[in-house]
Amino acid sequence: MEFNATLIGEMIAFAILIWFSVQFIWPHINNAIEERQKKIADGLAAAEKARAELKDADARVADEIKKARVQASEIIDKAQQQANQILDKARADAVTEINRQKAMAEEEIASMAERARVELREQVGSLAVKGAEKIVQREIDAGTHKALLDQLAAEI
Amino acid sequence: MLANAPEGGFTGYIQHHMKFWNLPHVGEGGFWSWSVHMDSILVSLVLGVLFSAWFWMKARKATPGVPGKGQAFVELVLEFVDGQVKDVFHGDRRVLGPLALTIFVWVFLMNFMDLLPVDLLPWIAEHTGASHFRAVPTADLNVTFAMSITVLVLVVFYSFKAKGAGGYMKELFTAPFGPWLAPFNILLNIVELLSKPVSLSMRLFGNMYAGEMVFMLIAGLFSAGSWLLYGFGILGYTAWGIFHILIISIQAFIFMVLTVVYISMAHDHH
Repeated sequence: MEFNATLIGEMIAFAILIWFSVQFIWPHINNAIEERQKKIADGLAAAEKARAELKDADARVADEIKKARVQASEIIDKAQQQANQILDKARADAVTEINRQKAMAEEEIASMAERARVELREQVGSLAVKGAEKIVQREIDAGTHKALLDQLAAEI
Repeated sequence: MLANAPEGGFTGYIQHHMKFWNLPHVGEGGFWSWSVHMDSILVSLVLGVLFSAWFWMKARKATPGVPGKGQAFVELVLEFVDGQVKDVFHGDRRVLGPLALTIFVWVFLMNFMDLLPVDLLPWIAEHTGASHFRAVPTADLNVTFAMSITVLVLVVFYSFKAKGAGGYMKELFTAPFGPWLAPFNILLNIVELLSKPVSLSMRLFGNMYAGEMVFMLIAGLFSAGSWLLYGFGILGYTAWGIFHILIISIQAFIFMVLTVVYISMAHDHH
């Protein structure tokens, strides 16, 4: 064992190193670390908050979607009702129109039949006259016998 | 090269390596002399400045944002030390933290000199005028005792600070056997107090001294004159070097933790 002034020198050097470390090294690095830890903690808290908010928003969105769906189905119902109404009205209109047309057609048919009957009657009359002419082989005065012939035609 | 020094062969090689670069050189001194081990002072100061400058540079530019790799490493070391201190000591760590950091890094760096080739620094020193050179400051009792005595001073300082002069004196004289056995108490407490720096420094010194010695013994194989032994030397040097990485780290760690434990004990009341 041989101790000498190295011991004292090293003690001084050691003390200076400790002082330097206490003064200039530790606080700066430690502050940086602690500040970062705080930042990270804040970031995590913010993320947690954002997650909660997102969940909230999701719930709201789901709610909105449900509401929209209900509304849409209401609209569809209403539209269907309206369509039915329109359809019913159209059907009714069509029926009226058909009836009107039918009535008109019937009327026309009736008048046409009447006309045909009149015509036929006339022709039958003339035919009967011609037939009679042929039978009697002489000219029958159409004027004098018209009343008779008309009566005949009406009887046919 | 030193191994081939003509005077004394292998024994001479080891003896040469065991001598300090001592200025001003005085003969075989007794317990105390006023000379200085230039090698220990030089290496430890260079490493101390290296540590301070390195950490200071990182500390100055330390940002709470995304750290660079250098800053991340420094923070890693600091947080490791801080964690150890936090485990043992539950108080203000503004002094104890940096103290532990200084001890850990400085002692580690000084121990690390053991991993340099044993002949490298002595060879450089020899070519620049130093007669002898011991590269590992922690294998010098002066250095280890300087640190442990400083720790002792801090222990006493914190004992006074935590308990007050009266409280500390009372504790020294009355614990653990009560006031009636005051002489025994004070004797026991003094032994306990003195055992702390002695065990601290002797443990570190012993490990580093032995490690250095083993490196030298293995290095002796290189000049043994046989290729077989040369090969063994390479294997042995590598193996011991790898194992020694563990030892130097553990010794630095132990010195740090025990210092923290001693100082935190100084805060405890009996």
